[in-house]
Amino acid sequence: MDNKLRPTKKLSHEESWGYDRSIIDYIQRAAAHGLYEIRGLGAKRRLPHFDDLVFLGASMSRYPLEGYREKCTTKTMLGTRFAKKPIALEIPITIAGMSFGALSAHVKDALGRAATEMGTSTTTGDGGMTLEERASSKILVYQCLPSRYGFNPDDLRKANAIEVVIGQGAKPGGGGMLLGQKVNPRVAKMRTLPEGVDQRSACRHPDWTGPDDLAIKIRELREITDWEKPIYVKVGATRTFNDVKLAIHSGADVVVVDGMQGGTAATQTCFIEHVGIPTLAALRQAVDALEDMNMKGTVQLIVSGGIRTGADVAKALAMGADAVSIGQGVLVALGCNSESWIHDGEHISAVEGYETIGAAPGFCHHCHTGQCPVGITTQDAVLEQRLQPEVGARRVKNYLKTLNMELTTIARACGKQNVHHLEREDLVALTIEAAAMAHIPLAGTNWIPGAMNAL
Amino acid sequence: MECLNFDLATTSLTEVNTFLHQKSASKGVRKVTISNPNGAHNIAVGLNLPVEVEIAGHAGYYAAGMNQLASVTIMGSVGTGVAENMMSGRVHVQGFASNGAGASAHGGLLVIDGDAGLRCGISLKGGDIVVGGSVGSFSAFMAQAGRMVICGDAGDALGDSLYEAVIYVKGRIKSLGADAREEAMTDTDLAAIGELLVQGGPTFSIHKPEEFKRIASARALYHWNVDADQEY
Ligand SMILES: Cc1cc2nc3c(=O)[nH]c(=O)nc-3n(C[C@H](O)[C@H](O)[C@H](O)COP(=O)(O)O)c2cc1C
Ligand code: SF4
Repeated sequence: MDNKLRPTKKLSHEESWGYDRSIIDYIQRAAAHGLYEIRGLGAKRRLPHFDDLVFLGASMSRYPLEGYREKCTTKTMLGTRFAKKPIALEIPITIAGMSFGALSAHVKDALGRAATEMGTSTTTGDGGMTLEERASSKILVYQCLPSRYGFNPDDLRKANAIEVVIGQGAKPGGGGMLLGQKVNPRVAKMRTLPEGVDQRSACRHPDWTGPDDLAIKIRELREITDWEKPIYVKVGATRTFNDVKLAIHSGADVVVVDGMQGGTAATQTCFIEHVGIPTLAALRQAVDALEDMNMKGTVQLIVSGGIRTGADVAKALAMGADAVSIGQGVLVALGCNSESWIHDGEHISAVEGYETIGAAPGFCHHCHTGQCPVGITTQDAVLEQRLQPEVGARRVKNYLKTLNMELTTIARACGKQNVHHLEREDLVALTIEAAAMAHIPLAGTNWIPGAMNAL
Repeated sequence: MECLNFDLATTSLTEVNTFLHQKSASKGVRKVTISNPNGAHNIAVGLNLPVEVEIAGHAGYYAAGMNQLASVTIMGSVGTGVAENMMSGRVHVQGFASNGAGASAHGGLLVIDGDAGLRCGISLKGGDIVVGGSVGSFSAFMAQAGRMVICGDAGDALGDSLYEAVIYVKGRIKSLGADAREEAMTDTDLAAIGELLVQGGPTFSIHKPEEFKRIASARALYHWNVDADQEY
């Protein structure tokens, strides 16, 4: 035997930063298919976010409230500017507009039930209002989108508020999309489309073009509903300062700003990751716009895009939002990306289902396929059974309840009897980026990068 | 109280609309005339009853928007979005219509005696539109269902990204949009045009169904072929 040590060849594992595995994978996929990737959910990259802010709890200079005993209200009014019947919510956390078509009818039903039990609102989506969600939601916001799929004056009159959607954070400047596998007979009928077409919705409204037109459009909606219903205007976050000012000028009662982390049911990945600005930056610009026009308290602000926890809600409110709206978070509460689905109280593995669509629990963003392994974003008669409305409603209610408890915990710690009394002075930033975007001082300093009179 | 007049010079628009929504049915009003419209926006929007409304002059944006059941006549021209999202009933413009006439109408009939501007019948979802004059560019953009009869010419990109709506044009078409194509006329088409011309009113009797061309979707944009594995 040869006892001599043979020099082993050293393997190189030096990964390139510019051409890392995901970029290599992306280029090779593009080369193989000649088509961009379409997927669901929101931006996956690390962005400056609410995580980069912390609260300054009360101590010597401020007085905290007793955690469980002292009152801390979460009541929230929306649409007080012009509407005869503003929206009164028990909690400042609402459920974002997600279309029937993207979501199953069961899910829409579950969301309505959970929201109703918590005293908050749900929202329709691209594709119209379902009977299920109208029946189960006490407070339902009806979207008026560029596509106008299933839009009709009867449902308009049945709604509690109207949301004119200009854009979404996941794809500001883009229209909706629903791939053919989700356009089943019911969805097709509601949208007046041939079954199974890859539906592309318009990105511009058919009957108005600029903010001056929008002002007239909003008056039309008010006239039709006899000035009863609050009118929201939803924008994807880009030039937020100007957009919010224009929305207010157009006569909105409520402005909804959706940051780039916001979820979607299906959009090009390049859109999700590369168009729009983070929620943190957008929220600050929106508040600046309201203050600039002296409209804070008159026009309400809802912010969305990556709101996951009670702390996120508290930070959004402290920065000046009146309420938040949640999409992805409620999907996860329903079981999105979970390893199992629940049937008669038992957990049944969904892992194989994820494999079928090329995903795994924890990594899935395959809502566009319509083959959601846990029965949420599907129109498949078998798969949708995996999410029963009762189970879903309970889970979403628990989630909202938890968020609200966390919100009041933080508010009390900051000495507030009302969550809307949280203020910017209660926050500091952990990173320079967050400090600059949110205009909140870096912790331990009074430095706000870029602020005019920074010390 | 069968017939009622509102003067927009002295009555607020909201008062008129609210009356039409809430009171005209119970008061048994059959016909309402609106004088001095002076181009006001949002006249007679959101009607939901079989009443006859006559607007004596020009109207602004969204005249008779989202109409249901009512028959609204505008004795003049209209701004953007006349009869937008109409569900049923009839809206008749005796003058010209601006942009987006009949946008996303789900049902009913819109008759325009004169010309219509850009994007006439955009996003149409089942309504019928009959235009005595010409239509501007991008008309019937993404139209999903319903029919349009254009007795004059059509501008650029007619029927771009068309779904199942069908367009009949008598005059010249400047250009067709993506996925729109001319198809052979069938007996059903001839009958449809004939019927719509009659519904348009006596002034449309000078046109003959055989004079029209049929434009419909080639349906090449219906699928993206996302799943078409091209692996070479
Ligand atoms: C499955 C899904 C479907 C959606 N559908 C719509 C829609 O129809 N209309 C709309 O305005 N926004 C839609 N959105 C965006 C949400 O309304 C909301 O802006 C976003 O989800 C908020 O961000 P978050 O998901 O991080 O909470 C959808 C989002 C998801 C996840
Ligand atoms: S589990 Fe369902 S809802 Fe969640 S990302 Fe996957 S397909 Fe979408």
